[in-house]
This record gives sequence, structure tokens and C-alpha cells, in this order.
Amino acid sequence: MSELRDEIHAVARRYPARRSAVIPALRLAQERYGWLPPEAFREVAAALDLTPAYCKSVASFYDMFHLEPVGAHTVEICTNVSCALVGAQRTLEAFERELGIRAGETTRDGAVSLRTIECAGGCGWGPVVAVDHRYREPVRPEDVPAIVGELRRTTGGA
Amino acid sequence: MAPRHVVFELAESADVTRLSDYERAGGYESLRKALAMEPAQVIEELLASGLRGRGGAGFPMGRKASFLPKPDQTPKPIYLAVNADESEPGTFKDREIMLRVPHQVIEGILISSYAIQARAAFVYIRGEYLTEYEVLRTALEEALDRGLVGANILGSGYSVTIVLHRGAGAYICGEETGLLESLEGKRGQPRTKPPFPAIAGLYAAPTLINNVETLATVPRILALGGENYAKLGVENSSGTRVFSLSGNVARPGNYELELGMSLRDLIVGIGGGVPGGRQLKAVIPGGSSTPVLTADELDTRLDFDSMARAGTMLGSGAVIVIDDRCCMVQLALRVAQFYRHESCGKCTPCREGTRWMVEIIRRIEQGAAGQGELDLLLNVCDRILGRCLCPLGDAAAMPVASYVAKFRSEFQRHIDEGGCPFRGTSSLEGVLAPVDEHHARARARIEVPA
Ligand SMILES: Cc1cc2nc3c(=O)[nH]c(=O)nc-3n(C[C@H](O)[C@H](O)[C@H](O)COP(=O)(O)O)c2cc1C
Repeated sequence: MSELRDEIHAVARRYPARRSAVIPALRLAQERYGWLPPEAFREVAAALDLTPAYCKSVASFYDMFHLEPVGAHTVEICTNVSCALVGAQRTLEAFERELGIRAGETTRDGAVSLRTIECAGGCGWGPVVAVDHRYREPVRPEDVPAIVGELRRTTGGA
Repeated sequence: MAPRHVVFELAESADVTRLSDYERAGGYESLRKALAMEPAQVIEELLASGLRGRGGAGFPMGRKASFLPKPDQTPKPIYLAVNADESEPGTFKDREIMLRVPHQVIEGILISSYAIQARAAFVYIRGEYLTEYEVLRTALEEALDRGLVGANILGSGYSVTIVLHRGAGAYICGEETGLLESLEGKRGQPRTKPPFPAIAGLYAAPTLINNVETLATVPRILALGGENYAKLGVENSSGTRVFSLSGNVARPGNYELELGMSLRDLIVGIGGGVPGGRQLKAVIPGGSSTPVLTADELDTRLDFDSMARAGTMLGSGAVIVIDDRCCMVQLALRVAQFYRHESCGKCTPCREGTRWMVEIIRRIEQGAAGQGELDLLLNVCDRILGRCLCPLGDAAAMPVASYVAKFRSEFQRHIDEGGCPFRGTSSLEGVLAPVDEHHARARARIEVPA
């Protein structure tokens, strides 16, 4: 655990005040746990001399922090205007069919979480889908089975 | 005639993502030039160039830089904050700039830091831009190794550090004071102005905030000379901009153009027009927060003054093309849902107003709204406009009010016909917005088994 603390301290040194390191520290904790459980807030708070409640209040403001467990893989589909105009909803529905879940859910085996996101900044190349935070552009319904297959293969035949 | 490129000029004939290639193309010469000048002279060049901010508000960069106190006028350190949060729907230019000319971004940061004598520069890059962050990080490491960043840059006696800071998903952190709050490790809720960041910004120290494209243009201005740069474009809108073209258009993408070309040049000439034999219906000219233009307004020019005359804005340079399959009520709903999702909750008119906008528009779309609700929608927009600490609420109210103004009969038909006249065929039919997904999830969680 002190490994995480050391990493956080190293990041904090880059800033005029260590509170600036809250977001990077939460990211480090999330990379470790996969989400932000109560102990993550305790550790980040201790490393930065803040309270866990403060750290949680910051985390809850930002979309990329998970306050609940998520799947081993994440699939995020932009449904903002530009992507929606070129078929993002059909791409989303293809993922829902292929994974057997709705947007906002995680597959029963914990392999994949699916959700919609606001504009990801790939408007001219949409529909944009972020798979484990790497953009795939564009993703059409016919591309979806291969992507899901790829994710299933890398989570042990789920 | 091929369009004149400035921002992407060095990347035109070669891959300049590596330091050695960028230097071979003339990169970092502008930094050397700047370091041999007085900081005030660098600001003079920026003033002469007429460069206006590329992030949305279009404020002249040289003027903003000149508002900061000089190091001997303040006991605090001076900072530069780089706005790489790029989240205005339709906008994807900063991303391509960071990917293709990362060293030019760094060079622009260094020159601008020198001009204001900043001790440190913080690059606030949106958390979703992972690849872009990695490309910038690699470039920064190369620059550090070469002594271009850090202590005593190129033996000039000037020192500055650059810190890459990743955001975590919040549109409001693109607003400059929300960005500063977030960079201080808080929820990204905008601050009251004044004091302006130039006087009291990051940790209450004087801070200059500029967009990625603005800063990436700076080295080119030093290379060309401010006055020569000012000859590009048109009056009050000098130079080039990278326009993000998206939506129902044959060749979407980022296109760098001199300011002052028409929407028609961009959408039809360069973008190939609306594909599939469809008709152009509407154009969002500067990101989703800007008032809409109709197909009849295609000759409007892409410069600050022409856009203002047409009642809209150049914004972030994001042009979204909409064809005749799109229901404007559904467009209004999707735009309002975005701003509702991103409202930080600090100011009541924005927090409550965006929620009401979504509810009323949804009722209109479903055919459940009475005649009075169209006026109520406009009334809600009015009660948001200009009444909040930051313009996020305005960013929802302005476009939606413009859809009603320009496509009123379409809104009216929803009311008269008791439903959407597109009968399920609109291009935005049934699109799930994150704000609705969150609510569905929250409801699912509190369901109590019988
Ligand atoms: C709600 C909101 C979101 C904004 N988002 C961004 C953004 O993502 N990127 C950006 O550069 N400017 C954004 N801005 C504009 C900034 O507040 C600021 O004007 C800009 O960073 C200044 O840089 P510039 O003068 O170089 O344009 C936003 C403004 C508002 C009100």
C-alpha cells in the first residue's frame, strides 16, 4: 500500500500545492482497484493530508471515476449530436444485443461494462467508441461482434 | 489554390512528431528567436498578429497576456494554463494538433511562458485523450532531454517547467475558472469573476489561460512575423483556424482554412456537401452551444464579425452539418440533455433551467405538450441567459432558442399533431443520452424486491 502512497507523493511534488494531486492520485488508486472503494479514498486522503470525504466529493464530480465496481473491460459509446447523426444509436444497440445487457450495465461474468458517454472529441470520425479508453473510430454495427469477441477472449472465455 | 496552412504547415510534407524531425522542419527556431527578444517584444508580436483565442471566446491573445503583472509587480509566481480539455460537442481539432504537431504545442507553451515570465505551465488535457496525452508526454520527454524545457532553457537564463495534468471527464473544466478549480484538486465549479485569472488565477497567482490551437499558432507567428500573420484572414479575424467538420457531410474531418471563407466553401467545396442525395437542413457553426444557421445562410463567412452579424458565433470552429432527416425538436432535446448532464450545479438558473428545458422539450417531442409550453421553453431560456457565473447555461439556452426561432413550424407541428411528424424516421430518433442512462440506473438500484 505504501507503494501507492509513494507514487502519489511523487506526483504531488509537481504542483505548487499537493491538493492539485487529488485527481492524479484518484486515477492511480482506480488503476489499482479497478474502481474507487472506500479504502481507495482513505489511502488517497492519507497520502495528501485530506479527508476521505473530500476526496470522494471530488471523485463524484468526474465521469471517469467509478464509485461502483465496473467490468474488466469498458465499452463507452459517444451518443452526442455528431456521432448520433451518423448512427451511434445503432452501434449502441448492436453492443447491447451482442453483450446481452443494456447501456449502464455490466455483463454477469464481470467481463464488460457498457455505457454511453458525452462528446469524446472524435466527431468527424464517428460513431466513436472507447474500448478500454482507446478510441475506435468509426464503429458500425457490423464491427461490433469482432470487438466483443476480442474482449471475451481477453477475459478468459467468459 | 491550395489552402494556406499555418498550424499544420510543418506537418504537411513530413511526420514531425519526433523532435529531430520537427527541428529539421524548422521547429524550435521560433523559441530561439523569442528567447533573444525581450518578453514585452514577444507580446508586441502577438498583438501585431491579431491572434484571437481559438477556444471559444475569441479574446485577443496578446491583450490577455498584457493584462498579467510583470514579475517585479507581483510577489507570486506567474503561471500558464493550457486548455486541452476540448469537450464542446463537434470539436476535435486540438486532438489532431496534439497528435500531429506535439512539439509545436510545446514550443508555443514555452514562447508564451517566456512572454509572461511564467515559472510553470500546466497542460490540462481531458482525461479521455489517453493517446494524445502519451504523444505529448513523449514529446515533452524529448524536449527535456534536449534542454528545451526546465532550467536555463538553451542557456537563456529563463527557466520554466511544464506539467501534464489529465482531467477526469467534466465538460465544465474547459471553462477557464472551472479548469483552475479542477487543477487545484477541487470539483470543477467556476469562480466568480472578477478577479480575472490574469490577476488571481491558479492558487491566486497571475495566470494566463489559452487554448491548444492558440498556443500552437504562436511559434508560427514568431516565424512569420506578427504583421505578416495578420495579413492572412480578414479584418478582426486574422490568420487561419482549424475547423472541425462533422455530421451529415461527405468528407468530415479537420480542415485548416484562412478565416473569412464561407460555410459553403467548407461544407460543399471541401467537405463534398450532404451525401446520399439528401438536402441540407441546418448548420451548427461553432460547436453545439452556438445558434443554428439554416440552409439559406450558407454564404455566411467563417470569421468573428460575419458570424456575429448572422446572430451566431465562430465558437470553437466546430461545424456540424445536419440533413433533412433530422427532427429539430430531437436535436434540441439532445443538445439540452448534454448541457444538463454537464451543468455543475452551482448556479440555480443553469442547474434547474437545463433540467426544465429537457423536460419541456421531451414533452413537445412526445406530443404531450400544450401550446403554452413552447413559450414556457423560451421563457426558461430567457431566465438562464446571462444569469450565471459562467456561460454554460447560456450554451444550452442560446442554441435551443435559435432552433425554435428558425424552425418554429416544426415545433408547432409536434404540438398540433400530438407527436413527432417524423414518425420514427428522424436521424436522432431514440438516441440514448448519458443523463437518461444515469437516471435509469439510479432507478434500477433503488428498486426494492417484493
Ligand atoms: C462551458 C465552457 C466550456 C469551455 N470549454 C473549453 C474547452 O474545452 N477548450 C477551450 O480551449 N476553451 C473552452 N472554453 C473557453 C475557455 O473558458 C477560455 O475562454 C479559453 O480557454 C481561453 O483560451 P483562448 O483565449 O486561447 O481561446 C469553454 C468555455 C465555457 C464557458
